[in-house]
Amino acid sequence: MEKRVTFNERWLPYLLVGPQIIITLVFFFWPSGQAIWQSVLIEDAFGGNSKFVWFDNFIHLFNDSDYYASVRVTVVFSFLVAAIGLALSLLLAVMADRVIRGATGYKAFLVWPYAVAPAVAGVLWGFLFNPSVGIVAWMLQGIGIEFNYVTNGNQALLLVVIAAVWNQISYNFLFFLAGLQSIPKSLIEAAAIDGAGPGRRFWDIIFPLLSPVGFFLLVVNIIYAFFGTFGVIDALTKGGPAKATEILVFKVYNDGFRGQDLGGSSAQSVILMIVVIALTIVQFRFIERRVHY
Amino acid sequence: MVENRPFLTVLRHLVVLIGLIVIAFPVWMTFVASTHSQQTMLQSPIPLLPGPHLIDNYAQVLTAGFGRGFGGAPIWLTLMNSLIMALGVALGKIAISIISAFAIVYFRFPFRMWFFWAIFFTLMLPVEVRIVPTYGVVADLGMLDSYPGLIIPLIASATATFLFRQFFLSVPDELTEAARVDGASPMRFFWDILLPMSRTSIAAMFVIQFIYGWNQYLWPLLITTKESYYTVVMTVSRQANVVDSVPSWNLLMAMAMLAMLPPVLIVIFMQRQFVRGLVEVEK
Repeated sequence: MEKRVTFNERWLPYLLVGPQIIITLVFFFWPSGQAIWQSVLIEDAFGGNSKFVWFDNFIHLFNDSDYYASVRVTVVFSFLVAAIGLALSLLLAVMADRVIRGATGYKAFLVWPYAVAPAVAGVLWGFLFNPSVGIVAWMLQGIGIEFNYVTNGNQALLLVVIAAVWNQISYNFLFFLAGLQSIPKSLIEAAAIDGAGPGRRFWDIIFPLLSPVGFFLLVVNIIYAFFGTFGVIDALTKGGPAKATEILVFKVYNDGFRGQDLGGSSAQSVILMIVVIALTIVQFRFIERRVHY
Repeated sequence: MVENRPFLTVLRHLVVLIGLIVIAFPVWMTFVASTHSQQTMLQSPIPLLPGPHLIDNYAQVLTAGFGRGFGGAPIWLTLMNSLIMALGVALGKIAISIISAFAIVYFRFPFRMWFFWAIFFTLMLPVEVRIVPTYGVVADLGMLDSYPGLIIPLIASATATFLFRQFFLSVPDELTEAARVDGASPMRFFWDILLPMSRTSIAAMFVIQFIYGWNQYLWPLLITTKESYYTVVMTVSRQANVVDSVPSWNLLMAMAMLAMLPPVLIVIFMQRQFVRGLVEVEK
C-alpha cells in the first residue's frame, strides 16, 4: 500500500530515517557481520592472533556431542513450553470466553504475568521449589516426591519449563481470547440448534476457526522458548545441573563469555540467526495469507 | 451463552478460578515471604500468610540492599536505573520509529525500500543471537557502564516502525492535501496533525516498550560492571544466587516484589493500551 499524496523534499526524508538507520547499521548489521566473520576464524583468547579456518568452527560444532546435547535440550524445552503453554491458555480462554462479559475482572487477573521479567519469574519459581525453604518442594516431599532441581537434571528442566510457561501464558491467553471473540455467535447458535453439544461445538467449529491464531502463537512461542527464556534459565539453573538445561542461546553466551571461545560461539550465533530468519519468514508468510483470506 | 446449563457455567468459573489461583500463587508466596523475619523464613514449612515485618524489610532493601557486606546496591538506586533505562528505551524507540515511519510513508526518495527492508531485518536478530559481537561494538565505542550503552543499542525497533507505518497509511490523504494547500511544511504537518492523531498508538507502544525496557536482563548483565548502573531485575537474579549462603529470603523476595511492581501496575492500569499494543504489534 502506498500513499497517493506525498511531500517533495530532497534531504528531509534522509534526515528522518537517519537515526533509525544509523542505529540499525551500528548495532545490528555490523555485529551480525562480525559474527559471520568470526565464525570462520580461530582466535586466541583476548584478541591476539586470529587465523582464517574456513568452516572448521562449524565442522567442529557438528562433531561435538555437547552441541547435539544442547540441540536436544532446546528441542525438548521448546516443545514442552509451546505445547503446555498453548494447551493451558486455550483451556483458560475457552472457559473465560463466555463468562467474561459477566466478569471482566478475570482478564485483568490473567494479563499481568506478562509484565514480570523472565529473570524475576525464574527467581519466584526457584523460591517455590527451593529444596530447603520452598513450599511446593515441601508439599511434594509430604507425598513422597523428592524434588531437588539443583541436583536433578530432569526436574530442573521441568522447573524452567513451568516458569517459562507461566511467563508467557497471558500473551497466549489474550490472543486466544481475541480469536474466540471474533468467531460469529450465529455459527455457534446454529450448531446448538442442530443439536451439537458444547464438546462437539468446540472440536468441529471453534477449534478449526482458531487454528490460524493457534499456528501464529505456535511460532511466537517457539521463538520465545528459543530466545526469550535466557533470563529464566540464568536465574534458575545457569544451564545446569550438568548442562541439563543448557539451551542453544545459553550455550552461545556460555561459550563466548565464560569459555572465551569466540569462533565457536560465533558459529553458533550464525546457526541461530538462520533459525530465527527461517521462523520469522514462516510467521510472515502466514500473516500475509491470513490477510488475504 | 448459547444455552442455559448451570452446571457448565459453574464448571467454567471453577476452571478459570483455579487457573487464577495457580497463576497468582508464586506472587502471593513472594509477598508473604517479604513480610516475615529472617528466622521465620528458615523454618520449614514457611508460613502461607503475611507476617509483621513488611515495613522493616522493604525499608532495609530500599536503603541498604542486602547489607552486611554481601554486595548489592540499595534497591532504590537500581530502581532508578531501571526507570531510566525503561523510559529511555520506550521514548527512544517511539521517537526514532515515528520519524522513520513518517519518512517512509510520506516521501518518495531513492533507496526508500532499501531502508524499509534494513529496518525489517532487525526484527529477525534478537540481541540474544548476536551477543558477543554486539558487546564488542559497544565496548569499542566506549559505552560500557553508561546509560547510553544500556539504552541506544536497544532502541532500533522494526515493530514500532511497522505500527506507525500502518497507522499513517490509514490516515486519509485529504488531510495531507489540505495541509499542502494551506502551505504547511512537512514537519508542520507532522507536528500539528500527524502526531496528535497518533496519540493512542503512541500510548500503546509506550506500554509495551516500557515493559520491554524494564525487563531487559542479558543486556545490562553484559555491559554493566559497576554497581551504580545495575538494574533491579539483574540485581534480584544476582542476589538469588547468593541467597543459599546468606539465607535472607525475606529481603530477596522484597526486592523481587519491587522489581515486579512498576511493570505490573502499568499493565493493570493501562490494560486497554497494553492489549491494543500487543495485538497491533503482531498485525
